[in-house]
Amino acid sequence: MKLSSAECHTPAGPPRAFSPRTRLVAIVGPPNAGKSTLFNRLTGLHQKVANYPGVTVEHRMGRLKARYIDTGIVHHVELVDLPGIYSLNARSEDERVTRDVLAGLMPGVPRPDAVLLILDSTNLGRQLMLAAPVLATELPTMVLLNMSDDLARRGGVLNVPELSKKLGAPVALVTASTGKGFDEIYDFLNAQLAPPRPIQLPILQDVPKTRKWAAQMSLASGYVAPAPTKWTRRLDKIFLHPVAGPVIFLTVVLALFQSIFTLAKPLMDGIAALVSGSGDLLKAVLPESVFRDLLVEGVWGGVGTVITFLPQILLLFLFIGFLEDSGYLARAALIADRMATILIAPLMTCSARLPIYVLIIAAFIPDKHVIGPLLGMRAIAMLSLYILGFLAAVATARLLKSSILRSERTPFVLEMPPYRWPKPSQLAMRLIDRGKVFLHRAGTLILTVAVVLWILLHVPTHNGKAPEIEHSIAGQVGHFIEPAIKPIGLDWKFGIGLISSLAARETIVGTLGTIYGTEGKETNGKLQEAVRKDLSPAGAAALLIFFAFALQCMSTIAVVRRETGGWKWPAIQFSYMLVLAYVGAFAAYHVVTWLS
Amino acid sequence: MISKCKLSDLPAGAEAILEAIELPEEEARHLMILGFLPGHRIEVGLSAPGGDPRVYRVDGSEVALRRETAKHLETMPLVGRVLETE
Repeated sequence: MKLSSAECHTPAGPPRAFSPRTRLVAIVGPPNAGKSTLFNRLTGLHQKVANYPGVTVEHRMGRLKARYIDTGIVHHVELVDLPGIYSLNARSEDERVTRDVLAGLMPGVPRPDAVLLILDSTNLGRQLMLAAPVLATELPTMVLLNMSDDLARRGGVLNVPELSKKLGAPVALVTASTGKGFDEIYDFLNAQLAPPRPIQLPILQDVPKTRKWAAQMSLASGYVAPAPTKWTRRLDKIFLHPVAGPVIFLTVVLALFQSIFTLAKPLMDGIAALVSGSGDLLKAVLPESVFRDLLVEGVWGGVGTVITFLPQILLLFLFIGFLEDSGYLARAALIADRMATILIAPLMTCSARLPIYVLIIAAFIPDKHVIGPLLGMRAIAMLSLYILGFLAAVATARLLKSSILRSERTPFVLEMPPYRWPKPSQLAMRLIDRGKVFLHRAGTLILTVAVVLWILLHVPTHNGKAPEIEHSIAGQVGHFIEPAIKPIGLDWKFGIGLISSLAARETIVGTLGTIYGTEGKETNGKLQEAVRKDLSPAGAAALLIFFAFALQCMSTIAVVRRETGGWKWPAIQFSYMLVLAYVGAFAAYHVVTWLS
Repeated sequence: MISKCKLSDLPAGAEAILEAIELPEEEARHLMILGFLPGHRIEVGLSAPGGDPRVYRVDGSEVALRRETAKHLETMPLVGRVLETE
């Protein structure tokens, strides 16, 4: 990206309207400063979630929504939303990723042309500390002071031009949730970029000096901090109450798990009807051919089955989004610290596990009431899976005693954001985001598996005819491993499912959809009813336990490989988790059989 | 007579000036970035059931720490509530 810095130093040339080029702009900011809100507002729906190679930290890429016509933008602007950070010390993976991207050291990623640094204007003294290392990168930077409405309403004051002069970089007061002040952002992104020229910078490694510098900056710009919010303290008295707090917390978690399964049901039934209806229509309309069978049995059976679970996934992320945006999730993490970190950590990291549990539970666990209609078997299954998954992770960490799970050892230090009313537009954006990820996987990975599997279910042919399903290649593979999984109550069909789930856990749902579709059983998009004959309740429990323990996550394996610099530890961890999963499933199968 | 006190030993609602962080440099720096700066004021807030972890008001924000971390922070308690009006 030498090109861009050369461009900075050329004297003002002819207007660039005739040669638009893409600018890569990184959004940097501390957690809870409104980074994602800004990103969503700037990009709209032109965005996607991505991972850098070998890194678990997610980031999002997007294209600036505003068009040339209405804003005068002549450059194409590609925005990257980096993880929320407090400094560039590379203490955590988030910080390392941000530092490397800004330094142009991230493999395969060009150095950004500019940075939008977003800070919370209601606590400027401390937030400005992050400006020091960011300005020190010498990347053209605009400092955005977010929540300007909040600042003004609570009586805070700031002289923006003065701060801009001190920092040597453009500064703007914005409100990311409403788009207030965005014209200045567009102007910055479109203007000639120049590296910042701060009057002075502190020694970056010296935190007290950096803090003093930040204080000087805000003092010099006439900053008057706003009055503290009353609501946060009032609400904390309820949510962190010694008795009411835990009761509310447990209610929230159980209600979350329970409602994912009950509220989504009508929608799921609707989608299932659509899937099976369109499948029947295709079968009637298309001429009889191998292609028709592949489409109806393989694709509709496999991908269609997975898609019926979309409402549950969306509902799950709606709840998580509400808890996170409102600020309650941080309080829940505080309350749950000792008794059940398990329940919170996966919610906070949006880890891949949660939607998959939802999917597998909805597919294989019957919908029965346990304590009236308030608490069902599925919600209980969900809770048990979490606790078991957590215990397995802790046991593994103890066993390996290596740096693999470094994050487990870092002390619990968590900032409590003020409570805010979640913005429906932000929640909608999350849902669209997650829905896209889910459908994308259904349309790529699960589609591929469904097609390959359908073919393997139809070869070798005899006299031009497909074999009985049991004699197909896939059937034979399933039967070959059946003796190994019979003790945990699973038959050969689930054997095929378990093998395909190595690609990704949720593939098992599509795989079984395809198998039942090929067998000619009418699944009607409802896998539950189709599997009931082949899967006993004990077998279903065993299957869930297996999934809670087994390490079927390629990205986790990749991270362990990178952290330990070889295949030895990932291989050991994978085998260990597999054995644990098997033993756990075996125990679950026999306990449930004995109980019933 | 005022004497030094570990942050973890302060009662709820107490205020103190942070004197020192007795932790490895990297951890200490992270705490300082979050607002636990020597010479700055800390107010003890609410906590999880059982008193651990606990929320501390520092430098305009609220940060929760476990007892095992807070016991490494040396403070000088402020007596009375004179500074409350600040």
